[in-house]
Amino acid sequence: MKQLLTALLVCVVCGFAETPPAVAIHNARIVTVSGPVIAKGTVVVRNGLIEAVGENVAVPADAMVVEGEGLTVYPGLFDGLSTLGQPAAAAAPATNGGRGGRGQATPAVATGAPAAAATPIPRGPEDRPQTTSWVKVADEISGTDRRMEAVRSAGFTTVASFPTRGIFAGQGAVIDLLSDEKPGEMVVASPVGQYISITRTGGFGGGFPSSLMGYIAYIRQIYIDMEYYRREKAAYAKDPRGKQRPDYDRALEGLMDSPRILLPANRAVEIERILSLARELKQPAVIYGGRETFRADAIAALKKDNVPVLVSMKWPEKSRDADPNEGDSLRTLETREKAPEAPAALARAGVKFALYSDGLESARDLERAVKKAIDAGLTREDAVRALTLSPAEIFGVADRVGSIEKGKIGNLLVTRGEIFDERTKVEMILVDGRKYTPAAAAPSGGRGGAVTDGAGNGEGIR
Amino acid sequence: MKKLLLAAVAAMAPLSAQTYVIRNATVMTVSKGTIRNGSVVVKDGKIAEVGEKVTIPPDAKIIDASNQYLMPGIIDCHSHIAGDGGINEGSTSVSSMVDIKDIINPEDIAIYRALAGGVTTANILHGSANAIGGRTLPLKMRWGKDAQGLIFQGATPGIKFALGENPKRAGNPTGLPINTLSARYPATRMGVEDVIREAFNEAKAYKAEWDAYDAKKARGEQATAPRRDLQLEALKEVLEGKRFVHVHCYRADEILMMIRLADEVGFKVRTFQHVLEGYKVAKEIAAHGAGASTFSDWWSYKVEAFDAIPFNAALMTRKGVLVSINSDDAEQMRHLNLEAAKAMKYGGLSEDEALALVTLNPAKQLGIDQEVGSIEVGKDADLVIYDKNPLSAYSKVQKVLIDGNIYFDRDNEVTAWKTKEAEKQKLIEKERQSQPRGGQGITTRRPQQ
Repeated sequence: MKQLLTALLVCVVCGFAETPPAVAIHNARIVTVSGPVIAKGTVVVRNGLIEAVGENVAVPADAMVVEGEGLTVYPGLFDGLSTLGQPAAAAAPATNGGRGGRGQATPAVATGAPAAAATPIPRGPEDRPQTTSWVKVADEISGTDRRMEAVRSAGFTTVASFPTRGIFAGQGAVIDLLSDEKPGEMVVASPVGQYISITRTGGFGGGFPSSLMGYIAYIRQIYIDMEYYRREKAAYAKDPRGKQRPDYDRALEGLMDSPRILLPANRAVEIERILSLARELKQPAVIYGGRETFRADAIAALKKDNVPVLVSMKWPEKSRDADPNEGDSLRTLETREKAPEAPAALARAGVKFALYSDGLESARDLERAVKKAIDAGLTREDAVRALTLSPAEIFGVADRVGSIEKGKIGNLLVTRGEIFDERTKVEMILVDGRKYTPAAAAPSGGRGGAVTDGAGNGEGIR
Repeated sequence: MKKLLLAAVAAMAPLSAQTYVIRNATVMTVSKGTIRNGSVVVKDGKIAEVGEKVTIPPDAKIIDASNQYLMPGIIDCHSHIAGDGGINEGSTSVSSMVDIKDIINPEDIAIYRALAGGVTTANILHGSANAIGGRTLPLKMRWGKDAQGLIFQGATPGIKFALGENPKRAGNPTGLPINTLSARYPATRMGVEDVIREAFNEAKAYKAEWDAYDAKKARGEQATAPRRDLQLEALKEVLEGKRFVHVHCYRADEILMMIRLADEVGFKVRTFQHVLEGYKVAKEIAAHGAGASTFSDWWSYKVEAFDAIPFNAALMTRKGVLVSINSDDAEQMRHLNLEAAKAMKYGGLSEDEALALVTLNPAKQLGIDQEVGSIEVGKDADLVIYDKNPLSAYSKVQKVLIDGNIYFDRDNEVTAWKTKEAEKQKLIEKERQSQPRGGQGITTRRPQQ
């Protein structure tokens, strides 16, 4: 009974933010990311924005003061690719009977029922299979996603949330992790890109496309159609008299609205393949996955095309159910050994990259994953940047989030100890200036608390 | 370790072509007979000189091939290796929008194994799930290069067609969906013919639209480009002779159907593939000008493949058909020299004729015989050294050159085994030690995909 009461209390504390008029964190170490580290300084957040930051900043009289002695302030962490904030069943079904375009790297939002017998089966690109490019996450966002609590407790204030079902899954948004606010308040920017997946779903029968080359051909045709559509529309807009008006095509409109596309690639071969496709499509591209970006050839290719990469923090591991008598190839062993070296290698080469959770949801798992990259050579500064300013830059929102600068959104992470250390404790999280206390469990404490478990079970990802 | 890696990389991807002289070999040129004690000079990736006596360039590296055999690199006219994510776009009866070029996987180990079997070029085909399949292209087995680096530059691309059981069974005769398998027209051989004819009717209309546009533009008139359609574009290229048609087939009747249909539509079949009943209609195939790419003695794996004989290649050759022997299989691909040799036993082809089945003839079928297929001055230095006569079951590939670079060397391969094994053990050990005690890994458990 007492336990239940405590749990309830914890939930109440975590779930609702305090909203003081102003918060001043005083005498703390401040990692601004965009500028040098301030050894001892003050940050003031008012009305959701960073009002001041520096060594000699006066604490306003009306501010709630946090004594920062022994504390470090970071910009709130930014998960470069996530499905957070999307109610499990919200993703619109693909037009042609959700054949369940399973997300390549990011877990898909609850897969729908298999194709109903009545739905027409796509015969070719003209049927626009597995395409919901017009769907905007910003329209579907909700603060009731229970996973948010755990992720925020790990220090994340912001995520790039994308729909992940289908070939052209829809348009993502950068959102702040505010619980129980009006969904509209959560959206920092939208749309920030189009999520594309090229997962093979079957062989004989079924609908088009069913092979990797089919997926690529489809994507290529869509872009050809988009160019044609654009031209037709422009010609009509210029002089509609006496002309047949072009049909409105929401699939193409959705793609035209997307400032950039997210394309999956893990192996070096895939990275080169996708880069070559992206060159053809002539739309700014971001690669997600990036498992083999530790390889020099993959890095060189990315650098040459100046394409940023979102690196999954779900490092490849030997399957727990692996047959002990079944040997892995040298190649597989090398990939497992070297995958966590990728962020360090990318940083050294000067390739723009950000890290993303890829389904890791508990504070402990996230912290361990980052630690693994640090152990493999990534500097702590680069690790912080890859989870703050870099994703903000990749999604074009560095003018409002990603670093501690005057005028930016008041997203802060306050820790006792250096971030990503096992014993480090998250003391406080500010999202849009609203103060959240992390869930009961410390980052190193067990499975991340009851809230995480609940959320984990609640998500219909299987 | 780092040095080793560098060495490995250097071995995998030769930077610039070295000048070589391969000396004292039995040179089987295929096109110009066999030189008992001959030498070949390889310079700038090309064959510079062939003969009993050659001038040795000062910078040349000598490869002594005494008591060994040198032949042109083997060309496989029908292979499905080196592709990622499936080689069948079986969801539609006309998948000419898809392209093998988009899914080349240069890391497929089958490439290296084919290389170790003397193959230097392979025609990578789309599967046979549908009447009109995807776009295809020949690759060189340049193991270690990236996808672009494998492409046989300048070769005419192809397209796969398929007749008979495969394209019709991918549908089903009821015309209704069965479980998850959707009904896909066609379900009969008649339907296959109709699908191809209808597709070309559409392609002709598409071509007319573009031709009109091109003509207008050429006259300097105002014109708006029609919508590009990847599916029809490939068929337009077939009508223009810019894309070779490789037709999967077995039975004599469907071969004749295809010839008549091609004549009616107005294109040429470049090769009939498998073509196990080709011996029955060899004259017709030859008259159409098509090549035939078959197996030596592989049949009876389905009803339409029953009426086959090992004399097929020889009989078609004697009737004037340009014949090659292909693998259609990553394992068979590694001993195509022996597959060719069988045509000497069954049908009495000469040594040169047998070797041509896997070298010069497939080169001609793919339209790349100016570059490869025989040992002639000016051709690409795609060469294989065997320790014994390659038409013997005791022969083993020693070295393989492509464009004058050594891509396979048995000596290096064998000596590298130990280091590779040691490296592997080291990684296994490291992983074992780094595993947290009690088997507590990352706590989140989710399906991988």
